[in-house]
Amino acid sequence: MLVANRPIAAKSNGMTNTLLDIRDIHKSYGDVAVLSGVSIGMEPRQTLALTGESGSGKSTLLHLAGGLDQPESGQVLLQGRDIGTMDDAARAKARRDHVGLIFQQFNLVPSLSVAANIALQARLAGRHDADFCAELADRLGLADLTNRFPEQLSGGQQQRVAIARALAPRPALILADEPTGNLDEDTGDAVLSLLLDLVSDTGAGLLMVTHSPRLAARLSHRIHLSRGVLEGA
Amino acid sequence: MNMLYTAVLSLSSHWRHRPGQLAMLAIGLALATALWSGVQAINAEARGAYDRAAAILGQDQLSRLERADGRSVPLADYLALRAAGYLVSPVISGELRDSAGRLRILGIDPLTTPEAAQGPALDSDDFDLAAFFTNPGLLLVTEATASGSLPTNLPPLAIAEDVPPAAAITDISTAARLLGQTDPSYLLVSPTQPFGLPAITEATELTLSAPDTANDISRLTDSFHLNLTAFGLLSFGVGLFIVHAAIGLAFEQRRAAIRTLRALGTPLRTVLLALSLELALIAFIAGIIGILLGYLIAAALMPGVAGTLRGLYGADIEGILRFDPVWAISALLITWLGAGAAAVQAMIRTTRMPLLAPALPRAWAQASGRAIRLQALAALALFALAGGLALFGQGLIAAFLCLAALLIGSALCLPALMTAALKILPTRNAFSEWVLADTRQQIPGLSLALMALLLALSANIGVSTMVGSFRTTFLGWLDQRLASELYVTAADPAEAAFLMEAIRDDVDAILPIVSADQRLYDRPAQVFGIIDHPTYRAAWPLLAQTSDPWDQLATGNAALINEQLARRENLSPGDILPLAGGLPIVGVYSDYGNPNGQAIVSLNRFTETFPDAQPFRFAIRINPDDAPQIATRLREEFGLPPDAVTNQAQVKAFSIDVFDQTFRVTGALNILTLGVAGIALLTSLLTLANLRLPQLAPIWAVGTSRATLARVELLRALGLAILTFVFALPVGLALAWVLLALVNVEAFGWRLPMQLFPSDWARLFALALLAAGLAALGPALRLARIPPARLTQIFAQER
Repeated sequence: MLVANRPIAAKSNGMTNTLLDIRDIHKSYGDVAVLSGVSIGMEPRQTLALTGESGSGKSTLLHLAGGLDQPESGQVLLQGRDIGTMDDAARAKARRDHVGLIFQQFNLVPSLSVAANIALQARLAGRHDADFCAELADRLGLADLTNRFPEQLSGGQQQRVAIARALAPRPALILADEPTGNLDEDTGDAVLSLLLDLVSDTGAGLLMVTHSPRLAARLSHRIHLSRGVLEGA
Repeated sequence: MNMLYTAVLSLSSHWRHRPGQLAMLAIGLALATALWSGVQAINAEARGAYDRAAAILGQDQLSRLERADGRSVPLADYLALRAAGYLVSPVISGELRDSAGRLRILGIDPLTTPEAAQGPALDSDDFDLAAFFTNPGLLLVTEATASGSLPTNLPPLAIAEDVPPAAAITDISTAARLLGQTDPSYLLVSPTQPFGLPAITEATELTLSAPDTANDISRLTDSFHLNLTAFGLLSFGVGLFIVHAAIGLAFEQRRAAIRTLRALGTPLRTVLLALSLELALIAFIAGIIGILLGYLIAAALMPGVAGTLRGLYGADIEGILRFDPVWAISALLITWLGAGAAAVQAMIRTTRMPLLAPALPRAWAQASGRAIRLQALAALALFALAGGLALFGQGLIAAFLCLAALLIGSALCLPALMTAALKILPTRNAFSEWVLADTRQQIPGLSLALMALLLALSANIGVSTMVGSFRTTFLGWLDQRLASELYVTAADPAEAAFLMEAIRDDVDAILPIVSADQRLYDRPAQVFGIIDHPTYRAAWPLLAQTSDPWDQLATGNAALINEQLARRENLSPGDILPLAGGLPIVGVYSDYGNPNGQAIVSLNRFTETFPDAQPFRFAIRINPDDAPQIATRLREEFGLPPDAVTNQAQVKAFSIDVFDQTFRVTGALNILTLGVAGIALLTSLLTLANLRLPQLAPIWAVGTSRATLARVELLRALGLAILTFVFALPVGLALAWVLLALVNVEAFGWRLPMQLFPSDWARLFALALLAAGLAALGPALRLARIPPARLTQIFAQER
């Protein structure tokens, strides 16, 4: 059973009321402008879908929000601190402590077991809670698979491991880059339902990139990027 | 700390998943360490033996008084110095030799020996002092010397430390009796002399020599040890190719994991630290294994090295390896350094790897064409450097630098040459077209392993050509030089004189063999005295000469010198040799296998110059059919031991044995290096086998069986080995030329003509094919048996 409604206690990470505040950021690759003056604000517990056609700058915006990349101008305030101007080590710490990442390609460590993959970021952040990891595995239907390795899992199972890994350190913000893009429709729907339930239970905010208007409609807010410019909120 | 620990655990989980790859990395490091540290252990042991020999009787600390002409010091001179109050101590030194063995005798006067001489302790309770001083005397030797081949009729032996190998320390009266010499060979001078005496040089005409800081043997054998070091370095380098390949593969396969770790909040420096810690631990374990292996290799090679040093240089080392912790620690440091050097590229790539770049599993294997062109340009520069060093370089270091530039240049240009060769090979159909294109694509990934194979093959061809040329020349030279039918060694000069007189009427000629040690140009040398006889004119080929050199030699007013002395001191016919007041040089002869300078003068001149030296060996010219009869007569009628009369064939066999012994160590290192190159190839093929499935899966899908693909993989490896051999052949011959024309001349002082040995190449070619075939067999079999599901999975993952 993929869906479970048991509540999960949220951990308060909030320093200010605004979880993510992106202000007038610009980013280009060579001569190509990818983002031009984009601004977004997200409150805690908010779920926000980011849609747009291929090449519109969705993934770039997500990467900037997570401190994986730096804007040329503008600010990326995560819980009030500008991660856009931090050095590599400080941005890494911000990600480790406050952000959970879910990738389209899962990006699991192939040589680690499912259990070790789930615990990975929590361990890196020094906040490993074995009971919580076991609970996540249980709720995501992975309890019987914890000793397996990623290559022994289906695509849907791998993405559920990635979701558990992102949630295990109880981050304030989950960033998901087309988390169901590699899954069939039914599996994708089921995985998204689980993600939304868990995000709701942990009190995290969710910024999710998707192509699908149908999936975007399941989140509380939606914005659309077109050629690097925000069209609506 | 917690984060670092997690990062180390996450990254190192890769090895648990791929134990074979970990084994390859460890094997590469262990082999590299073993070959390098083994050679270093041999060198350290030999140098330790030289130092012990140099330190004996304080030679490294005490000045000596000796006669300028090398003869012994008159006893009266010694007594006069003592009477004047000078603190000097006599030493009688010489060699006892018979058919059973040889022993260097050092006779000391314990009552006057300076404290700094640090002779063996004679004052311990269990030492029989009375036996040491009284007839028949006592010889102090090491345990190894006591168990070796010693001359017969020696006084009792006592085991002592601090005695050099193959030498005995005894009381001066015992030494005088054993060596038949009453005058001291030299006098040791105490560093502190009584106050008020004039400088000792004012009180005597003897020459004061400074202490030896680097003794002659150490200087002579430097080239041998440099040779071994060069081979050790080559093996270490080839071993590091394996390490580099294994680390490169691990980096490539962990690229995604590293990116994930960083995305999850691990700073770059923590990732680098984790990778370094992991490598340091693996290198530590592999280093320990390598040190043990190196010790075993060194222990196995040590007796051969001892034989080589004794045969070639007359240097005595015991042939036993001691375990030295400093050696082990330095070997471990070298392993770490080597692992670090091999990992530098992967570390730099980790540093430069963008956090967001997509994973490119074959990026590591796909070196750009630009990189190959740059390598080819660097190779050209190195070839130019090698050429410059060959033409204008001076000294042994320049010769070895020339070798290194040639080898590295050849390795660097291999990928470009191979790619070019594969482009011009004809194709018959689409499949063969794909095979060639695919092979070209694999060149960058395999290039390091192929370079290692090229280095090993070239070294093998070069060294075997050098040794073969040397052996052929040496045998031809021996055939000429060993012209006499019989060689006789008497117990002493008196017996020799008696025997020569007794058989004089029954033989065609008797050629006394007499020599004296003499320093020429401040280096040890030997001077021989010969009679005027047609044998010498026919059997001693001269490399350079004035007109009628043998006639001039017979007058007693001329000298011949060997090639080594001529090259080292830049002498040629017409120059004056500083011997017996100055003798013009009338000819230069080849003298292979002898590290020292040598001169030949007429017997009369020799006897005048060295009145103490008397022949105890002589050669006999006789009709070959009558030789056995005279040999039997010498043994039966005059009671000579069997070994005292040897025929030409026996001497030749002994010389060839010494020669072969000399190059046994080189041969062993050669084979080991080839083995390491084979393992490097195996590592790379295993590496590519894993990365190449996405390339092979589509070919399988369109109708090529797994067995066919496996056969292609095997044939491809063999084909690449053949191409590598084709490129290695000219490199090896160039290497042989450098060894013969530069290194040999610098190291040994002789130059040899180069000869070619195609049968050796054929054997090596077969070995290279065998190594490549064995290396490719495993990956090919794995491909032949791979489950189809694994191949279809490739398509599922290729999104």
